[in-house]
Amino acid sequence: MGLKTPLYESHVSRGAKIVDFGGWDMPLHYGSQIEEHHAVRRDAGMFDVSHMGVIDLSGGRVREFLQRLLANDVGRIKNPGQALYSCMLLPDGGVIDDLIVYLVSQTEYRLVVNAGTRDKDLAWIRRHAADFDVAVRERRDLAMIAVQGPNARVPTASLLDPAQRAAALELQPFRGAEFGPWFIARTGYTGEDGFEIILPAVDAVECWNALQAAGVRPAGLGARDTLRLEAGMNLYGNDMDEHHHPLESGLSWTVAFEPGGRDFIGREALESARRAGGLNFVGLLLEDRGVLRSHQKVIAAGGVGEVTSGGFSPTLNRSIALARIPPPAGVSVQVEIRGKLLGASVVKPPFVRHGKALISV
Amino acid sequence: MSNIPSDLRYSKSHEWVRRAPDGSLEVGISDHAQSALGDLVFAEVPEAGRKVHAGEACAVVESVKAASDVYSPVSGTVIAGNTALADRPELLNQEPYGAGWLFRVEPSSADEAAALMSAADYANYLAAEAR
Repeated sequence: MGLKTPLYESHVSRGAKIVDFGGWDMPLHYGSQIEEHHAVRRDAGMFDVSHMGVIDLSGGRVREFLQRLLANDVGRIKNPGQALYSCMLLPDGGVIDDLIVYLVSQTEYRLVVNAGTRDKDLAWIRRHAADFDVAVRERRDLAMIAVQGPNARVPTASLLDPAQRAAALELQPFRGAEFGPWFIARTGYTGEDGFEIILPAVDAVECWNALQAAGVRPAGLGARDTLRLEAGMNLYGNDMDEHHHPLESGLSWTVAFEPGGRDFIGREALESARRAGGLNFVGLLLEDRGVLRSHQKVIAAGGVGEVTSGGFSPTLNRSIALARIPPPAGVSVQVEIRGKLLGASVVKPPFVRHGKALISV
Repeated sequence: MSNIPSDLRYSKSHEWVRRAPDGSLEVGISDHAQSALGDLVFAEVPEAGRKVHAGEACAVVESVKAASDVYSPVSGTVIAGNTALADRPELLNQEPYGAGWLFRVEPSSADEAAALMSAADYANYLAAEAR
């Protein structure tokens, strides 16, 4: 028996197949993972992501603290509601976690971290927060629902007071705002438009039911994984971890080396890694029949690499993967699947965004 | 409740076996198995002529989530693999006892198929597994 979100009973009563995910009992799918995937690409689907950790930080030196703690620079976000994606690094550059940080006010920020890493994240954050007099508060009283798809925003806004609806629909990508006790942001993990709602746990069931009544289809972690893979988004534990730094995980764009004087944890290690050069992080499209899976061996021109995340893409009807390989990236590789070498093209992720294939198959 | 046709025999690893009039055996995965695996997106079936032993992994079905081995319930020689699954792996979900069959085998003896579970025994086995 694992931890349960406030929506656990809703999932069970709707026939969800429940699996363990990072110690939580979560819905894998409600019948068909592929149909749930298509619902998000073509219409609207919703995910219970209440297992993720919400951590509120406050204090006069909170920005200075986050500029030390995170590889991306919170100085890039200036106004309440703005969001930033970042890695949190060990001194050797290994990734402790990837997270989203929201600016709530000039003295308050909110972090959303992965479920499987929340305890070690909290310990790490608390250890460093003390030097900056930053208060760290874990929000176990909150739930989180991601509503994703081309038709996701209107039904979500319809749950709000008429006066608030327009404001919610005017939110720009990667921006959020408070609507009473709810925090709604135009963010997600699917490559589609949509919202993520952070709300009091006691409101979660009513919100979920209202969204379902408005035509939003419940979707499980299975579809969440195939959607994020198509969108070329990394999964912590697969595509980056404490043994791999962001520069070899396709996350160079999230590391702010400028301004040069900002001494974030892991900076020195990343600067040497950048000078040394390293592994390439690429997308793969399997040209033969089969399914790419994590840890399969990739034989590239420059040596042997590894699939970090692989699977079947319901949108492309082909198998795709993210992989770490020695340079040069080249245009094709071979992947070892059950003792056979199968051909795969090297492509630049994302594979799919906003319902459209971005690579030719 | 999963569908368990009474005219087939079943293995503990959730394969079914159907005896053809010529004594050859058709093998697939049960309705329970396809439901537990979820949407299937790929199947690798054995080629004709391959010798298999009872309990040997000789086919692979892959769901969106993971790859699973399929074991031959009997020893013998593979006569055919279901090549239709290459283009339509969803047949494994839609018609597990029909068009979603995996391979046909010429058994080296009749005893192993006879020792498999009846439909009633398999139903009890599933009920016990669920507890």
